[in-house]
Amino acid sequence: MRNRELTRPEKSQATFEPRIVAFFCNWCTYLAADLAGTSRMKYSPNVRVIRVMCSGRVDPQFVLDAFAHGADGVFIGGCHPGDCHYQEGNYKTLRRFHLLKRVLQQMGIEDERCRLEWISAAEADRVRSTINDMVEKVRALGPLDLIPTEDKVSAEEVAV
Amino acid sequence: MPEKPKVAFYWCASCGGCEEAVVDLAEAILDVVAAVDIVFWPVALDFKRKDVEAMPEGSILVSFVNGAIRTSEQADMAHLLRSKSKLLVALGSCSHLGGIPGLANLFDRESILNAVYLESPSTVNPEGSLPATHHKDDGHTVELPRFYNTVQALDQVVEVDYYVPGCPPTPRIFRTALQTLLGDELPAKGTVLAPDHALCDECPRKDTKPERLSFVEFKRPQQVLIDEQECLLAQGLLCMGPATRAGCEALCVRGNMPCSGCCGPTSRVKDQGAKILSSLASLVEGKEEAEIDRILSTIPDPAGTFYRYSLPASLLHRKKLDGCHCKNR
Repeated sequence: MRNRELTRPEKSQATFEPRIVAFFCNWCTYLAADLAGTSRMKYSPNVRVIRVMCSGRVDPQFVLDAFAHGADGVFIGGCHPGDCHYQEGNYKTLRRFHLLKRVLQQMGIEDERCRLEWISAAEADRVRSTINDMVEKVRALGPLDLIPTEDKVSAEEVAV
Repeated sequence: MPEKPKVAFYWCASCGGCEEAVVDLAEAILDVVAAVDIVFWPVALDFKRKDVEAMPEGSILVSFVNGAIRTSEQADMAHLLRSKSKLLVALGSCSHLGGIPGLANLFDRESILNAVYLESPSTVNPEGSLPATHHKDDGHTVELPRFYNTVQALDQVVEVDYYVPGCPPTPRIFRTALQTLLGDELPAKGTVLAPDHALCDECPRKDTKPERLSFVEFKRPQQVLIDEQECLLAQGLLCMGPATRAGCEALCVRGNMPCSGCCGPTSRVKDQGAKILSSLASLVEGKEEAEIDRILSTIPDPAGTFYRYSLPASLLHRKKLDGCHCKNR
């Protein structure tokens, strides 16, 4: 059956460590993260970075899929406006992001859980500070408890 | 004379349009009746649930279930028909993806019941009574189905073999599906019985779709005089064609109305709403945030527009419930 594979670990507020999925563009933000590493900067280990060729490659389905599979936050990093390696990719990201945020709001997902930042290859410190800031904001919000509806609903409610 | 294959129809949370679609086969329904025995069809024939319960397991060849699953009774019937049928087919958008009733997943049970039974201006309910699962009257207890918090597509409740898309499926889609199911060679389990390409591919206005689309405003059909030849996206109308499965022969577009997405996504897409969002948003003019927001604000209800028929089957299924630890989910 569809979506049966959706299982998530139990999350409790006390031991909660946010899980953030980050999509970093190959040409800017990923290089900045690399620079942060080689510069031995320390930042929260709560982020799982996925390298994409361009922030414009981030299909809104990726973001929703991350949330559906247990991410507490999604962070997209791309080149500054005008600096896109593919000229227009980050503008497409920006437009999609603005519309996606409205859908997420309608779906009850808090604003701080999904973030877009322009970070150039030289801005290693911004990678560090943005990740730390986002992790703390998501930690304050608590786990994103999107309960898979199917099993729980039918099992509990049919039994009445 | 060999026994004819047995077919059942059932409806869950739906409007009755899919039943209409069966009747819309017109004369062809006589061929259907000649080819099969209809053993259960609450809307048209007087068989009861106990008649279905008395049938041996797997004795029905195909059960067509339309409508989403919204109450415990509908879930029970889905399980019952599943056990009695060799093939269970989701008929129509509601059972395929959740459909229009699935938009209730933008709310929860409490707010829906309050709106309908307490707050609506035309409601007179001085005692403030709400639907309950048990009711005592004159020493007897009556049991009623439970109203779920979350609307589900059929395959989120039971295993489904095939899907017939559309709101409702056109007579042609339904007839073709029926022929396929009664034929010798069945397609792979889980197949949606309609073409697997986007609606734009079979749209009569396809040739007028410009090389590069761009939007400075999204117009609603009542705001403009719609040209009958030109691509609707090129006229600034929000048409779901690029992210919607073909098969309907672009009926709405032929009627000069944009596609609203009832046939769901193609097999390559997981989430129809996210896909059309991605496609349309990237074509918005403007590079400044304020300008982008102004253009996008002409889509007043993005979730309801992009997920009009597919919210329960989407990646997020429903709006996040507040107070996550409440018991009545």
